[in-house]
Amino acid sequence: MYLQIIEQIRRRIAVGDWPPGHELPSIRALAAAVQVSVITVKRAYLELERDGVIVTRQGKGSFVAEHADLGRQLRLAELDQHLDAAVGIGRALGMSDAEVAARLDAAFKARDEKES
Amino acid sequence: MTEPLIQVDGVDKAYRFFRLSNVALRLEAGQILGFVGPNGAGKSTTIRILMGMVQPDGGSVRVLGRILPGEQAAAKQDIGFVSEDMHLYGSETLDWHMRFVASIYPAWDAGYAQTLLRRFNLQPAQRVKALSHGERVKAALLLVLARRPRLLLLDEPTTGLDPVARHEILAELMDVVRDERRGILFSSHNTQDVEQISDHITFIDRGRIIDSSDKETFLDRWRRLSLEVPAGTAIPALPGAVETTSSGRLAVVTTKAYSPEIEEACVRAGLTIREVQRMTLEEIFVANVMSQREAREAGEAAR
Repeated sequence: MYLQIIEQIRRRIAVGDWPPGHELPSIRALAAAVQVSVITVKRAYLELERDGVIVTRQGKGSFVAEHADLGRQLRLAELDQHLDAAVGIGRALGMSDAEVAARLDAAFKARDEKES
Repeated sequence: MTEPLIQVDGVDKAYRFFRLSNVALRLEAGQILGFVGPNGAGKSTTIRILMGMVQPDGGSVRVLGRILPGEQAAAKQDIGFVSEDMHLYGSETLDWHMRFVASIYPAWDAGYAQTLLRRFNLQPAQRVKALSHGERVKAALLLVLARRPRLLLLDEPTTGLDPVARHEILAELMDVVRDERRGILFSSHNTQDVEQISDHITFIDRGRIIDSSDKETFLDRWRRLSLEVPAGTAIPALPGAVETTSSGRLAVVTTKAYSPEIEEACVRAGLTIREVQRMTLEEIFVANVMSQREAREAGEAAR
């Protein structure tokens, strides 16, 4: 559930609804709005803070971080997540690193052929 | 840190065919505690002890800083209790009940009561006996919420309700804990509601507390691993494994102490991990109850 909240907040930031410096709702206000427990929203905020997406100032609230290029950074983070998942599946299937990389190459080629 | 709203330790209560043993319970201010157990596990008895309606045989019960049952009158001013067998007068209207409760509790908030009537879609002129089950539960909740008590004790508040009524009630409960001084204990066997709004979860089965933790920790540490076990290899002892089922070369291990090291241990033992799944609170609850019952029965057989 906290992953869904993180996803929603990241999306709002990525599309520009919440620009850098924008103040996020308080944890309790957001919890009441989305009807999800306070502890879950708290965890989502902590992870977003750890990833540098938001900053929390004691007693003032949480704000969208002042990055110049947050949209791109978020997309890059998303890409890394997918790559990490792919590596995990490859390992679980007992594939070597080179075999996983070869499949990525194959995906590039397939895309090139489709677009040419 | 403010004082917990509920602090129960070592509570015992024996009946002829049922016994509560060594029950411990804690609710911090600003939190929602989901109290989960099968039918007949002791949820209602425990809540009645918190209300001072049942006197325990032993142990200590502190509610809102008051020692029960001695100081129950003082504590009850600030507790709102709703149970399935609510005592509303069938031949009287909801409006009559509202005026009645307002005359007893000085904290009654008439404006909030009007807001709740609208939000819950209730007609004050309607007689209680003409209300549907869902409307009756919402009416009872309204009578309690409009007093703005610091502590809400709700015994199965969402059982038997349609999805819309459940949604209306959960929304109102989340609104209560916008105030960090207030808190809610609600019992349920509907794990979906508990998973959604609880901060802390306590499982009870056969009169004993079998597990208690904050919700995120519960959902994080319980996982189900689907493994492929090649011929000639065995599944190693994994931390927190509560259940292992195998069929042919496939095995499923349920653990209550997941960490990435468990996956490494499987790979080292020559197993292939096909999938690692998170579990819903319902799955965790069932696995928890079943494994603890088995352990207890094995322990009793050994004696």
